[in-house]
Amino acid sequence: MDMKVGKKKLGLKEKYQHMTRGLGWETTYQSMDDVFPFVKYEGIKIHDWDKWEDPFRLTMDAYWKYQAEKERKLYAIIDAYAQNNGHLNVTDARYLNAIKLFLNGISPLEYMAHRGFAMTGRQFPGVGARVACLMQSLDEIRHAQTQIHSLSNYNKYYNGFHDYRHMLERVWYLSVPRSFFDDAVTAGPFEFMVAIGFSFEYVLTNLLFVPFVSGAAYNGDMGTMTFGFSAQSDEARHMTLGLEVIKFVLEQDPDNLPIVQQWIDKWTWRGYRVLTLVGMMMDYMLPKRIMSWKEAWEVYFEENGGALFKDLARYGIRPPKWLDQIEQDKDHISHQAWATFYNYAAACNFHTWIPTDDELDWLSQKYPNSFDKYYRPRLEHWREEAKKGNRFYNKTLPMLCQTCQIPMIFTEPGDPTQICYREVDYKDNKYHFCSDGCKEIFEHEPEKYIQAWLPVHQIYQGNCFEEGVDPTAEGFDPLSAVLDYYHLAQGRDNLDFEGSEDQKNFEAWRGMATKNAA
Amino acid sequence: MQMDLRTVTIKPQRQTFDHIARRIGADKAATRYQEGTLEVQATHNFHYRPTWDPDHEIFDASRSAIKMADWYAFKDPRQFYYGAYTLARAKQQETAESNFDFVEGRGLADTLPAELTDTVLKLLLPLRHAAWGGNMNAAFITAYGYGTALTQPCIFHSMDMLGIAQYITRVGLLLGDDVEVLDTAKQSWMEDSAWQGLRRYVEDCFVLKDPLEVFVAQMVALDGLLYPLVYETIIDNVLSSKGGTPIAMLTQFMTDWFAETRKWVDATVKTAAAESAENKTQMETWITHWRDRAAAALMPIAQIALGAEADAITSEVVDQFNARMAKAGVSL
Repeated sequence: MDMKVGKKKLGLKEKYQHMTRGLGWETTYQSMDDVFPFVKYEGIKIHDWDKWEDPFRLTMDAYWKYQAEKERKLYAIIDAYAQNNGHLNVTDARYLNAIKLFLNGISPLEYMAHRGFAMTGRQFPGVGARVACLMQSLDEIRHAQTQIHSLSNYNKYYNGFHDYRHMLERVWYLSVPRSFFDDAVTAGPFEFMVAIGFSFEYVLTNLLFVPFVSGAAYNGDMGTMTFGFSAQSDEARHMTLGLEVIKFVLEQDPDNLPIVQQWIDKWTWRGYRVLTLVGMMMDYMLPKRIMSWKEAWEVYFEENGGALFKDLARYGIRPPKWLDQIEQDKDHISHQAWATFYNYAAACNFHTWIPTDDELDWLSQKYPNSFDKYYRPRLEHWREEAKKGNRFYNKTLPMLCQTCQIPMIFTEPGDPTQICYREVDYKDNKYHFCSDGCKEIFEHEPEKYIQAWLPVHQIYQGNCFEEGVDPTAEGFDPLSAVLDYYHLAQGRDNLDFEGSEDQKNFEAWRGMATKNAA
Repeated sequence: MQMDLRTVTIKPQRQTFDHIARRIGADKAATRYQEGTLEVQATHNFHYRPTWDPDHEIFDASRSAIKMADWYAFKDPRQFYYGAYTLARAKQQETAESNFDFVEGRGLADTLPAELTDTVLKLLLPLRHAAWGGNMNAAFITAYGYGTALTQPCIFHSMDMLGIAQYITRVGLLLGDDVEVLDTAKQSWMEDSAWQGLRRYVEDCFVLKDPLEVFVAQMVALDGLLYPLVYETIIDNVLSSKGGTPIAMLTQFMTDWFAETRKWVDATVKTAAAESAENKTQMETWITHWRDRAAAALMPIAQIALGAEADAITSEVVDQFNARMAKAGVSL
């Protein structure tokens, strides 16, 4: 057969470049400013979009092929896990509360990431940038759905999962992760990329993902572990994109540096605050622990992050602000958070408990500077009270930080006995903050943060009762009215783990699986 | 300790999540499409207004003139969630791969009449850019549309368009002498009068603000005329009869893709129009407007392959399109 000569085989990289070669164009029937209306208002200057290399270099046909293979395996395991009642293999039923936290607090963020990356993908004029963002958008809807599908099986048997979408928009603590992501998608496309692509996916992702996925593996939860591992190769791509963004933007124009630095400061702090929930999960909610929050912070942020910021120094980037405070906080925040959830267990869709003696000893050993001195005596006191039938449930509502929306539970840097309060007067109102970081973030964009839907304020304003409920009626019980609004089943979803339906069912079902019927 | 639990039957407390049960009934198990789609997007108590669009919430139904009592009335008849979508496309890409192998392995590209190769390069390659525009329009709906039932198929559509642009590129690299065929095609897209109607059409879509109007302009009108005209009619029929069957093999992905995707497009048009008289009128106005513009824009492109017959064949395609829309409840 007559073969054409001179047609050389193309390498992968070259082939990929041809596949996207010149796809985009300078529009002339509509102005570029009208076609890409959001690309300038943040003040970032880009001179040459072609300098953005698509770090994924995946053509769609290859993407479909690889991803389909992963989905086939993942769903086979999810199905087998469900069919074999795999949930009865978890270490003990307390573990379930960690994954309640995940489905309620994290999975909806994956969906928000999907939409957010679609927004940035649409708004960036460069071909490489758009392909990378849209591919991540597609991956993120994968993560949302594989999590929902994996955890759906738990929902069939255990409480607290049943109305996660409704609760996300209402339950007090869920406004912490939700407002974090709302903050990112309401920002411009470049800030979104620094917030989520870089700060969250690159700098902090190991502190979110590793604890949950390893936690699942340690605690016999094959379902969660499998979607975690399956998402890992996607995450590797996302991390590459996150770093690519920062380098691209900084290389384009020196004026971009101060803007990007401010975003890195802001989003590291915002992300760190959200991770309080993860810290608490690691130290208190995993029956079989992986490592302490403090150790995780040291390995994944101080060591790995330290190397990263050393690398970025050549662009003029310095490490994020407030690291000195975080350094001091790492001995405290997980304990402060667990104490808070223990207090507010009546208004929460997962259970809390006092750690066993073994677990208290583990905490003492992991936190020699703080646990015995500040936190263990309080837990032991609550345990004594609970034994006497006085399990402590706090029925007042806490003051929330206007920025991170966490109750004002954190202490002054350097004084773990003093709650940290900051405030700002703005347009005839007083706003409250948990820290210098949150205060400064507010001051930079007050018009944004005064809009925050603060769950406690909303309750006091009467916005958190079901339609038709009359708060002035005799015998009105505000807590129970709020729980109705949350769709939180009193006595099933909330309160202490000890005596809960989950605890009893798990024990009975595991008994059926391990013992002979009498 | 691994326990074998297969003999133990535990009665579930509930079949699915409450927000799904409220729609399908509490006694039924939900499908993966339902759990991955229904009400997944946030709707209440947003924290901040977008700095890029302070007149709207992050997700805001009022971005569209189409009004729906329930945005989850939209359904994808393919029941595509991510897993089902990638499995379907992986199968199609396998077929595409073996088609490319077949054509490449037997050197079939070189057996094509030179004139035909030339026609294909002129007709097909600039469509890379139209597909890239489609990618961007579908991304717009994914980003700013309302309700996962509508936005989810749009991210799939967006990536399909990228895939199609890449398949067209491969055809170009196979038939052309050099990668410069891509640059030549881009020059046509930018400058040749035959392509300016289509480029203007695509650019005009880029500045639309209503996600449903973008849907009509891109998925309904442009895709609805371009794919039947270029792939089903010109390549599969006209050029195949002139010895161009290998080309039809290389573009089988596009033909199959359109046959599948139009089911979702039709269902969406039908649901939007059936909702109210106002919606129906709005859909009719948009579809008529964009259909006429798309038909006019495609005419000079059809002429590249069809010459004097372009007029009659394009009219036929428009007639088929009208019949299709009538079935979806929109009379044009």
